[in-house]
Amino acid sequence: MPRRVLEPPFAIEHLSILDSDGNLDTSLEPEIPPDGLKRLYRAMLLGRRLDERMVRLQRQGRIGTFAPIKGQEASQMGSVFTLRPTDWMVPSFRETAAMIYRGWPIEKMLLFFAGYLEGGRPAPDQHDLPITIPVATQVPHAVGLAYAAQYRGDDAVVMVFFGDGATSEGDFHEALNFAGVWHVPVVFLCQNNQWAISVPLKKQTHSRTLAQKALAYGFPGIQVDGNDVLAVYAASREAVERARGGGGPTLIECVTYRLGVHTTADDPTKYRSEEEVKAWEQKDPLTRFSQYLQKKNLLEERLEEQIDAEIAAAVQRFEATGAADPLTMFDHVYAELPPDLEAEREELREQLEKSAPRRSDEEVPPPLPMRGQRRTSRWQN
Amino acid sequence: MAKLNMVKALNLALHEEMERDPDVLIIGEDVGVDGGVFRVTEDLHRKFGGRRVIDSPLAEAAIIGTSVGMALYGLKPICEIQFSGFAFQCFHQIENHAARYRTRSQGRFHCQLVIRMPYGGGVRALEHHTESEEQFYAQIPGLKMVIPSGPRTARGLLVSAIRDPDPVIFFEAKGLYHAAREDVPDETEALPIGRAQVVQEGKDLTLIAYGAMLRVAREATQVLHDEDGVEAEVIDLLTISPLDRETLVASVQKTGRAVVVHEAPKSFGAGAEIAASIMEGAFLSLEAPIRRVAAYDVSFVGFAREKATVPDVARVVAACRQTLAF
Repeated sequence: MPRRVLEPPFAIEHLSILDSDGNLDTSLEPEIPPDGLKRLYRAMLLGRRLDERMVRLQRQGRIGTFAPIKGQEASQMGSVFTLRPTDWMVPSFRETAAMIYRGWPIEKMLLFFAGYLEGGRPAPDQHDLPITIPVATQVPHAVGLAYAAQYRGDDAVVMVFFGDGATSEGDFHEALNFAGVWHVPVVFLCQNNQWAISVPLKKQTHSRTLAQKALAYGFPGIQVDGNDVLAVYAASREAVERARGGGGPTLIECVTYRLGVHTTADDPTKYRSEEEVKAWEQKDPLTRFSQYLQKKNLLEERLEEQIDAEIAAAVQRFEATGAADPLTMFDHVYAELPPDLEAEREELREQLEKSAPRRSDEEVPPPLPMRGQRRTSRWQN
Repeated sequence: MAKLNMVKALNLALHEEMERDPDVLIIGEDVGVDGGVFRVTEDLHRKFGGRRVIDSPLAEAAIIGTSVGMALYGLKPICEIQFSGFAFQCFHQIENHAARYRTRSQGRFHCQLVIRMPYGGGVRALEHHTESEEQFYAQIPGLKMVIPSGPRTARGLLVSAIRDPDPVIFFEAKGLYHAAREDVPDETEALPIGRAQVVQEGKDLTLIAYGAMLRVAREATQVLHDEDGVEAEVIDLLTISPLDRETLVASVQKTGRAVVVHEAPKSFGAGAEIAASIMEGAFLSLEAPIRRVAAYDVSFVGFAREKATVPDVARVVAACRQTLAF
């Protein structure tokens, strides 16, 4: 018996529409109405400005450790922009711009990173899951949501976000496998920012692309220039339409770069070169999109000021939040408080009454760094 | 009343709840066409179809992970993990997510799901097919941990677990699946989660057991009665967490002595929590130290040696006699 080819040799498309020099492939240019383009840019810029503000808030000790998005605005906004409010967004922990676009108030996001449980509660009508921290563990949740939507006969699509490091986790592979078998309406959105903390992509996988991992599970994968918001939008719209039309899942790999730190407890100078960062700064997603809008005469004047004022107002509301009431920690452990927890709550209540007035905030220890991080002396000062 | 074994009683509960609520569905390995390796889901696939009784790919983490997603959407999945020894592959989904979603989302989302797993020894099975791991789940806030002791409690507690708005880990003792038949009411019966049952009253000593160990405990009390004239009280715990401390304490306040029996290793097991609860609630009534009869603190022994580590009637009787003689 001769050897036979069972599967044809595969190919992975790479999509780029607007490159870092401002060259536009007009044949691929998506049709986004002017108003949409403006909203898209505004959300990206808001993401960038908020990110910068949050770094300062963290350095001042007003919020805890968080994961900045700088450089990834096109990947997360071009994709989430294609969803309807009734679709579902499943974030990891680096989707600030996308989450705010989906309806998370800025002050709620700040509360989350200031260690308040209240910051994790989506609005009652919001089809968004809260931030998930353990890498890739949210990916199967998206597949379950998509199964449920299909089961109920709803036409909702689910989009789940994760990074390059997540593609090494078992949960990622199991989720893609289930999605393929079940043929459910889900879009897997990988923000390949080249670095999983200190581990570069070449140590993460021997695959040429991350997109090709979809092929093993029987559905399409595509790689896009993740700093080209038009390309991300085009690929996402195609994937969302396919999912909504019963065509099953898609994996989109957005090739992008984390221009900043992994989290505010990280010091990237230990593991990557200045030149590399500089080279990626030339590919900044905001620069090329603003130039594109400039040519279309769609750049709004004083937009940055408006956004900064919006952020400043949100920071004020955030800072007006009172101290977290410790007693509410028992509120949402179970639907009904079991007797043991009732007793513990009572114990704490008595203790709080005895120890009032409360100690000053200065004695609260600083928040701990996130997974895999240590505090460097630089950030402690 | 129908006389059913535990497999049939569990199957009855699944039929009843799936008929009652279209949001209830079943997912697991071999649960569909095959009806489950222990036949607990028999006939459900034929009756409710493959979309409600899902033969999933072989991956525990995604069985629980996708079920979490379904539950967040409002469905009520019943997951089957084929053997509790394989649940460590999905433990993170249970601890990180199923148990925490209500807290994380501050009540906006919750996971109404049941995770059924056969556990325990007595079926001449290999490693990972005979262990008891209830303590891992009992320690997790946000979860409930339930272990029935026979057909009637299995049916009644499974009905309640499916209706419970919080995630429930539901352990089924493999040794009990076909062990005995019991009268099970024709009308749906929902037994309360978080409530232990005093299944035998007595004044001299309290014996606390659950799952397959309940029968061992009851047989031991028969020996103690016949040979020593001892009247032991027996508590069937039924729910490990949240623990019904009230029933335990009330019993020991009456008897002054307590022995706990479980199949899981002794150290840091449910017995330790039970003993501490009795100490806290009935210290002044105690006439003797609380004893624990449990498996030895070894990881697994192979079924050729299993009888030497799983508590049997002789060990329980000996422990009770020591307690009574203290």
